[in-house]
Amino acid sequence: MSQLLTWTALLPGAILLSSLIPGALIFLLKEESHLLRGVLNMAGAIIKLVLVVVLIWGVFLGGVFETRISIAPGLDLVLHADALSVLFVTLSTVLWLVTTIYAIGYLEHSPNRSRFFGFFSLCVSATVGIALAGNLLTFVIFYEILTLATYPLVAHRGTPDATRGAKIYLAYTMAGGVALLIGAVWLRSLTGPVDFVEGGVLATMPEALHPQLIAIFLFLLVGLGVKAALFPLHGWLPQSMVAPAPVSSLLHAVAVVKAGAFGIVRVVYDVYGVEFASQLGLLTILGVMASITIVYGSIMALSQDGLKKRLAYSTVSQVSYIALGASILGPIATIGGVVHLVHQGIMKITLFFCAGNYAETLGVHKVSEMDGVGRRMPWTTLAFTVGALGMIGIPPIAGFVSKWYLGLGAAEAGEHWVLLILAASTLLNAGYFLPILYKAWFREPPQSWPQEHVFDSRFETMGALLWPPLITAALCLLAGLLAMAPFSPLEWATLIARREYAP
Amino acid sequence: MTTDSLILPIALPLLGALLTTALPRIAPVLGVIAAILTALSGLWLTGQVWGDAAQHVVLGGWALPLGIGVAADGLSASLLAMSSLVGLGISVYAVGYFSGSDRSPHFWPLWLLLWTALNGIFLAADLFNLYVMLELLGLSAAALGALTNSREAVAANLRYLLVGLLGSMSYLLGVALIYTAYGTLDIGLLSERIQPSALAATSVVLMTAGLALKAALFPLHFWLPPAHANAPAPVSAALSALVVKAAFYLILRLWTDLFANITTTGAAFILGALGAGAILWGSWRALRAERLKLLAAYSTVAQIGYLFLFFPLLQAMPPGPARDDLFAACVLMAVTHGFAKAGFFLAAGLVQKNAGHDRIDELGGAAQSMPATTFSIALAGSALIGLPPSGSFIAKWVMMRGAFETGQWWWLIVIATGTLLAAAYIFRVLSRAFGQEPTPRCFVTDARAEIPALLLALSSVALLGLAAGPIWSLLGFEGVQT
Repeated sequence: MSQLLTWTALLPGAILLSSLIPGALIFLLKEESHLLRGVLNMAGAIIKLVLVVVLIWGVFLGGVFETRISIAPGLDLVLHADALSVLFVTLSTVLWLVTTIYAIGYLEHSPNRSRFFGFFSLCVSATVGIALAGNLLTFVIFYEILTLATYPLVAHRGTPDATRGAKIYLAYTMAGGVALLIGAVWLRSLTGPVDFVEGGVLATMPEALHPQLIAIFLFLLVGLGVKAALFPLHGWLPQSMVAPAPVSSLLHAVAVVKAGAFGIVRVVYDVYGVEFASQLGLLTILGVMASITIVYGSIMALSQDGLKKRLAYSTVSQVSYIALGASILGPIATIGGVVHLVHQGIMKITLFFCAGNYAETLGVHKVSEMDGVGRRMPWTTLAFTVGALGMIGIPPIAGFVSKWYLGLGAAEAGEHWVLLILAASTLLNAGYFLPILYKAWFREPPQSWPQEHVFDSRFETMGALLWPPLITAALCLLAGLLAMAPFSPLEWATLIARREYAP
Repeated sequence: MTTDSLILPIALPLLGALLTTALPRIAPVLGVIAAILTALSGLWLTGQVWGDAAQHVVLGGWALPLGIGVAADGLSASLLAMSSLVGLGISVYAVGYFSGSDRSPHFWPLWLLLWTALNGIFLAADLFNLYVMLELLGLSAAALGALTNSREAVAANLRYLLVGLLGSMSYLLGVALIYTAYGTLDIGLLSERIQPSALAATSVVLMTAGLALKAALFPLHFWLPPAHANAPAPVSAALSALVVKAAFYLILRLWTDLFANITTTGAAFILGALGAGAILWGSWRALRAERLKLLAAYSTVAQIGYLFLFFPLLQAMPPGPARDDLFAACVLMAVTHGFAKAGFFLAAGLVQKNAGHDRIDELGGAAQSMPATTFSIALAGSALIGLPPSGSFIAKWVMMRGAFETGQWWWLIVIATGTLLAAAYIFRVLSRAFGQEPTPRCFVTDARAEIPALLLALSSVALLGLAAGPIWSLLGFEGVQT
């Protein structure tokens, strides 16, 4: 079992530690050490980004990057970088960097920053752990750590609302965690250690075990579906909107929701194998659940007046595109689902940053208060517009690419009903985003804003709050415009699909 | 050399107890020195067992059936390592906790005596020796528990004392039956001679019942919550983390070693069912508890239940790597709980001191002003729930696998429910720490008191959760290689 400690064996571990160690140190800092905390945060984020760039290049060249630690005989903690994990690691690393800048600005004068940034780093470390998990045990471990690390972030404000939201969040995710654990252990008892292998590992199981495998899939789906906010397991998501804006951004774009969706993709492709899953009829279950969630989330979003709540229901709907992509047998749909992992992330984080800016600068929390907000904060609103149009699926923004591939994949697989779902969802998306854009740009601004802060800044709001949404909005455009360029999310998703469907 | 290493973990704390009695003025200093030496000797012995397997020594100059046997194998060494590290943490913490209190001179001799008995139980190789140590353990534990002198504490510990005596009597009766039948009390010799018979069965029942009473196995747990909740914090930690483990260790030792060929599936199922009852009832009561230390005490009742769930699984699993895994997981669970519960009680004691009470509903401010202590509670709590990356998560993972592999899926329902209930009662405490209180200035406010609790809690999570392998090595298992 001994292996040489080469850099390829250390890199995944180093990527994990690059946020874990700063996080642990931040806990120990005094509350007033702004500078040191900022340096630790940014150093961790930048080191991680550099390491990830190395990893991307290595995996592209077909290198094997694996950190393996034996917890006990037969129980290994494995961090393994394949194409799919690289996609998710990159997403979380880039967005963590941006969100850290945003959070430093956003929480400038609020209490308990050491605690906040400590758990924030822990949360990202857990997400990276999920992304790099090379077997089911490791995945479960980091999945549960993520639950624990996110709880203090949701509860951070300390208001009765925050406490309640955090409690609901915990109740859902703990119950989901237990379901996931049961499914994982059950599978482990049938097959031995479950390593994630491109193309799946279960296709060779004897037929007598198939009913058990179906039951296990349902357990796993419930466990992952809670975090992925699949209907009817989504109840915690709108409640946890009480968290500070950077947390909501991270929760919706990268960490929790995405961890669930990523887990579903992993289980379908790298545990069951998409063809075997289809043969067992599991893809139909997943597809139906995802479709219901897409439509349900959009309908619920229509009637929400709270901006963050509307965005939350939009997340419920949009994240299920990923599950939908996984539920259609065929490489093109796979590309659509996997690429949406990234596209939804950058679009949704833009929207949440903007919502945070409106709240922080003008005290605007509700859609009904957004009249003329575009004239007061044109740059933020521009970024919001890009994100919203992308969500609807207007070319050339990233969201269009996802929907195009999903639709094409569905048509290729002969699943024409999916096109109806996509069309309905697009209409509904337009129905809840376009009124916001109309109000923001074309209505007259009110006499005074609910709670206006004037920052000492050249811009419409604090610089640290303005740049992050502009950067991510630019990423949304670039991901759409340069979709065919090398190392674009789409190209990488194509690489993943090619490896998953390799004979 | 081996003689020394086997005797030292028992002799050193005994010597310490005598010295602290003789020189009460400098008891804390002597106590800490004795604690450090005891811990080192325990770890040294553990290291020796790791290096060259089981150690065995006969004292008193007589050959085996008559002499006093002392032995250390992987199982005893694992628990000895736990008692060494946890005991050291408790001792360091106790110096600060009792400083300036007139109870300090009483604490040290009793605590070192308790530690003597504990190590004695882990190392004893014959049944009568074990009885003596059990009595010593019960007496010193009850006396320690009553140290606060409050009426509840004295009443609770008087009951604890009587219950302990009853347990020892039942155990002694079983031992007497064995002795009349087989003429020896040495565990090694007995396990070769013992045959299934009505007499052997009776003595198993008597001994197990007596020990189950001492281990507070549901429904014999009634004495534990008041006794543990009303003791001073370092004592609660010792009682909950270590003392109940001694009785559990004996049951495990007897069932898997001495009586291995006369235990039946039905009997093991009864132990498992009682364990299940303990998990559900203990967790439920912990959830309803109004005081932090009472919550921790009921959580001990539940955690003991998990340990007993291993019996039906071990019984059903044929010998082989899978059974070894289960056995190691059982030990891992016990050791993790030792660290976690000690950390939890020590931290709870600090919160109680800071707030002046331990009513959970009013703890918010105190918890939030002590980040390191709250963090200890969170770490220890996640080990109690069985969340990764803690030792109890790994143990639970193996236990659930065993339940699937032996087809006893009904235990899974118990484990799942217990886990959710535990999450509920732990987060009931933790949610208080996220209020709108003023921000504390730094992480650690009182290093000497907070660091032991933090280290114990951290070990239960990071050390035992990510590097549980040494327990397998200590027990001499290669594990399932795949």
